[in-house]
Amino acid sequence: MRPEPRLIEVRKNVLKQNDMVARALRERFRTAGVFVLSLVSSPGSGKTAFLERTLTLLRPNYRVAALVGDLATENDALRLARSQAPVRQITTGTLCHLEAAMVQNALEGWSLNELDFLFIENVGNLVCPSSYDLGEDLRLVLISVTEGEDKPLKYPTIFHSADVAIVTKADLAAAAEFNREIAHRNIQAIRPGMMVFEVSSKTGEGMPECLAFLAARLAESRRGAEAI
Amino acid sequence: MHELSIAMSIVELAEDEAERRSVHVDAVHLKLGALAGVVKEALLSCYEIACESTPLKGSRLLIEDVPVVIFCPECQARRPLDSVQLFCCPECGTPASEIVHGKELEVVALEITECAPNPV
Repeated sequence: MRPEPRLIEVRKNVLKQNDMVARALRERFRTAGVFVLSLVSSPGSGKTAFLERTLTLLRPNYRVAALVGDLATENDALRLARSQAPVRQITTGTLCHLEAAMVQNALEGWSLNELDFLFIENVGNLVCPSSYDLGEDLRLVLISVTEGEDKPLKYPTIFHSADVAIVTKADLAAAAEFNREIAHRNIQAIRPGMMVFEVSSKTGEGMPECLAFLAARLAESRRGAEAI
Repeated sequence: MHELSIAMSIVELAEDEAERRSVHVDAVHLKLGALAGVVKEALLSCYEIACESTPLKGSRLLIEDVPVVIFCPECQARRPLDSVQLFCCPECGTPASEIVHGKELEVVALEITECAPNPV
């Protein structure tokens, strides 16, 4: 006789494995005193250009490094290496997002306590990366002025997984007829109170405000760590 | 398209539970939040693929959609959201960013049958 089916309660997060690794990473970052930021955006919205500029501008005053995820090429790592900062590539193959374990593997042999900022550039994708915690302190979502003001409405999930929005390619705003007011309204509709910076990685416009914010967050997190 | 790796994680999780309890899994009950970043239809077809050559082959994935519920700081109450394009309290219109429900991606239960004891 076939036994009766029954229901057993499990209650387990499907991404438990990733979340556990991310939690361990976060603890490791905190202990080392490094402030970790990740960057997410659609392909071509200027993550690498923004990161190259950021690394170059921060490097005289801070110890910075970057991990960069890419599907197939090492082009981004080569571009970022121009900033003179240590850069490592994570080639994901066909995988459309980074997972915490990939970050963990890529960090092997790096002395995190010799760093102030570590940047993690995710694969260009506004969907898949939203589900994966990488242990970062702050997640930046980038949208360029050429993409259309409704990106936040189309991809609410990624905006919800991020902490700060960066509007890139500000130097092209007029040519792209970018409507700043609508873009900001859309971001606030999805994520009320979200901090937004508008920058041009090409001209440097808006970068000082953004970097001052990062410096303040680093100082804040170190004060927090000392208090513990 | 990360639904396949999500499906594989679900299968792995269910397989572990089944093995630990020596049971056979007939169905997996999953809670899926509207903000989990996972497409239900894609997940369902990926689940079938992920079950291939595992003890879960032939099992069903039953998905319960979880709508977004926010906490309204003005009303001091939980409110279901009308649209994921507008994070405002549907009652008073106050912007609300605190999410109470909607990010779930959780295996809540398994429908199982006991495995027949091995003949001694």
